[in-house]
Amino acid sequence: MDIIPQIVISGLAAGGVYGLIALGFVLIYKATSVLNLATGEFMTLGAFVCLTVMTQSSAPFYVAFLTTMAFAALLGIIIERTILRPLIGEPIISVIMVTIGLGSILRGLTHIIWSPEYRSFPPIFPPQPLNLGFAVVPSGLSWGFLFAMVFTAIFATIFRYTRTGLAMRATASNQQTALSMGISVKSVFALSWSFAAITAAVGGVIIGNISGISLHLGNIGLKVLSVIILGGLDSIVGAILGGFVIGLLENFAGVYLDPLLGGGTKEVVPFVILVIIIMIRPYGIFGKETIERV
Amino acid sequence: MRCGDLKESYLEDEKIFQTAFVKFWLVLLFVVLISLPVFASPYVMYVANIIGFAVIGAVGLNLLTGNTGQISLGHAAFIGVGGYATAILITRVGVPFWIALFLGGAIAAAVGLVVAIPSVRVKGLYLCIATLAAQFILEWVFVHWETMTRGIRGINVPPPRLGSLVFDTERSFYYITLVMVVLAVGFARNLLRTKWGRAFVAIRDRDLAAEIMGINLFRHKLAAFALSSFYAGIAGGLWVSFMKVVTPEHFPFSRSIEYLAMIIVGGLGSVLGSIFGAIFMTLVPELLNVLSGFARHFVPGLEQLFIPMKEVIFGALIVFFLVFEPHGLAEIWHRIKNSFTLWPFSY
Repeated sequence: MDIIPQIVISGLAAGGVYGLIALGFVLIYKATSVLNLATGEFMTLGAFVCLTVMTQSSAPFYVAFLTTMAFAALLGIIIERTILRPLIGEPIISVIMVTIGLGSILRGLTHIIWSPEYRSFPPIFPPQPLNLGFAVVPSGLSWGFLFAMVFTAIFATIFRYTRTGLAMRATASNQQTALSMGISVKSVFALSWSFAAITAAVGGVIIGNISGISLHLGNIGLKVLSVIILGGLDSIVGAILGGFVIGLLENFAGVYLDPLLGGGTKEVVPFVILVIIIMIRPYGIFGKETIERV
Repeated sequence: MRCGDLKESYLEDEKIFQTAFVKFWLVLLFVVLISLPVFASPYVMYVANIIGFAVIGAVGLNLLTGNTGQISLGHAAFIGVGGYATAILITRVGVPFWIALFLGGAIAAAVGLVVAIPSVRVKGLYLCIATLAAQFILEWVFVHWETMTRGIRGINVPPPRLGSLVFDTERSFYYITLVMVVLAVGFARNLLRTKWGRAFVAIRDRDLAAEIMGINLFRHKLAAFALSSFYAGIAGGLWVSFMKVVTPEHFPFSRSIEYLAMIIVGGLGSVLGSIFGAIFMTLVPELLNVLSGFARHFVPGLEQLFIPMKEVIFGALIVFFLVFEPHGLAEIWHRIKNSFTLWPFSY
C-alpha cells in the first residue's frame, strides 16, 4: 500500500506546525505558569495580517511575513502589559479566564475586520510537489514543515543558549531567586508573551498557506493543548515530539476511523488522546513529575 | 432607622433571610415574578424563560468554579448532555417530562464524572483541560451518534403535560422554569451553609490546609463537579422542552464561555452573583439585538456584525471584571446597598 507513507508524511508535516504552536504554549507556561487559551486567535490574527499586507500593498512574502512577526510581538507585549500584568498574584484560574476573554475579544474583532468567508493565500512557495520516491508531498506541506522546523529550532536555540533564554529559564525555575539575581521578571513575562504570539502567528501563516484562511483556523489552537499535555506542559522537547505524535495519530484516524465513525474524527481524536493521557500520565512524556495528589 | 445588624450567635449570622426587611422585599419580588405572565408580552416571557435556564446553569457552574475553585470549560456540553438525555428519554422511552428532566440531570452528572475522575485526582489545570476536551468530544458525539441523537436534524420534543395541562406557551412554561429556579437557587444557597459547602470553599482557598483539616479532596471536588453537571443537565432539559427541539449547534464552546462570563460578571462564589450574571449576560445580547435592529435603518449591514459584537462585548466584560471588579456585580450591589443602609453616616 502507498497510502501509509502518504499518511505518515502529511501527519509529520502537520505535526511540525503543531509542535511550533505548542512551543508558544510551553514558553508562556514555563515563564508565567499560565495556559494561554487565546493562542488560536493569535494564529488567526497572524494569518489575516500577513494576507492583508500581501494583498493590499502587494508586498513580497518575506516583507509581509516580517511585518506579521513584528505585529505579533507587539500584540503580545501590549496584551501582557495591559491585561496580564494587573493580574500577577491573582489566583491562576482568574488568569486563565482572562485569556479566554481575550480570545473572545480577538475572535470578534477578527470577524468584524475581516469578514468570515474563506480565502486562500496567494501562491508563495514554488508549486511543484516534492517527490520523495515513496511518497509525493504537496509543496505547501513540505514548505510549511520546513518553516515550522526552522522556527522551532530558532526559538529552542534562543531558549537554550542565549542570555535571554537563560533569564527565561531562571524565571521559570524560581521567580524570586531570578528577581534577586537581577533578572527583570516583568520583561521576561513580556518577552515570553511576544515569543508565544510570534510562534502562534507563524503557525497561523503556515496553516493558512496549507489549507486556506477562515475564522475557524484558530480551532487548531485548542487542539494543540493535547500536544502539550502529551509532551508535558513544561517540556520543549515534549512539545516538538508531541506535535509529531498527534499529527500522525490524527491523520491515521482521519483515514482509518472516518469510514467507521462517520467523519470528523480528525478533529476529535486529539481530544480523546488528551483525556487518555490525563488518565494515565498527567505530566506527559517529558514533563516534570511534580504531581501533587491533593 | 435601620443602621446595621446586631448578631449574637453564628446561627443568626448564617440565616438566609437576615431581617424582616429582606423577607418583605423577597415576598414582593415573588409576587411580581408570579404575576409577570399576566401583563408581560410573549417576547418578555421568552426572555424570562431563557434567563431562568441561564440562572440554573450559572448557579451550577458557580458552585464548581466560584466556590470550589475548579474551572469547567465544558459546561455547555453538559447542558447538551442533559438536553439530549431528556429529549431521548421522552421521545424514545416514553418517560414523562417530570421524571426525564431529573434523569437527564443525573445522566449529565454521570457523564461529567467520567471526564472528571482522572483529572480531579491531580492538582492543577487538568480539570480545565479535560473539560475542554469533553466539550469537543461531546459536540462530536451529538453530531455523529446519529442512531441516538439524529445528528444535525435534531429531535423534536413534545411539550410537558400535567393531567390536562399542556405547558406549550412561553407563559405556561414560565411557571415550570420559576419553580426550578427557586429550587436550584434555594438548594445552592443552603448547601453553602452546610459542612459540604464550607468544605468546597476551604478547597478553593487552600487545598493543602483543607486536606489537613480532614476534607477528602477527591470526593469533594468530584461532588462539586457532579453537582454542577447535574445543574447543567437540568438547565438543558428545560431548554429543549421549551424550544421543543434539540440540535447540536445549541451547545458550542462559545456557550461554555458565556456561562463562565456570567459567573465572572455576576460574582464568583456568590449565588446572588450567578443570578445577576445570568440576567445581565442574557439581557446584553437581547439589547444588542434590539439596538442593531434599530440601527439597521441607518447603517445597512450592521446586523451581520451582531455575532462578533457579542463576542467582543462578552470577552471585554470578562477581562474588565477580572481586572477591575473581581467580585462582580454582587459586590457592586452590596456596596450600593450598604451605602444606602448606613446613609448619611456611611464611611
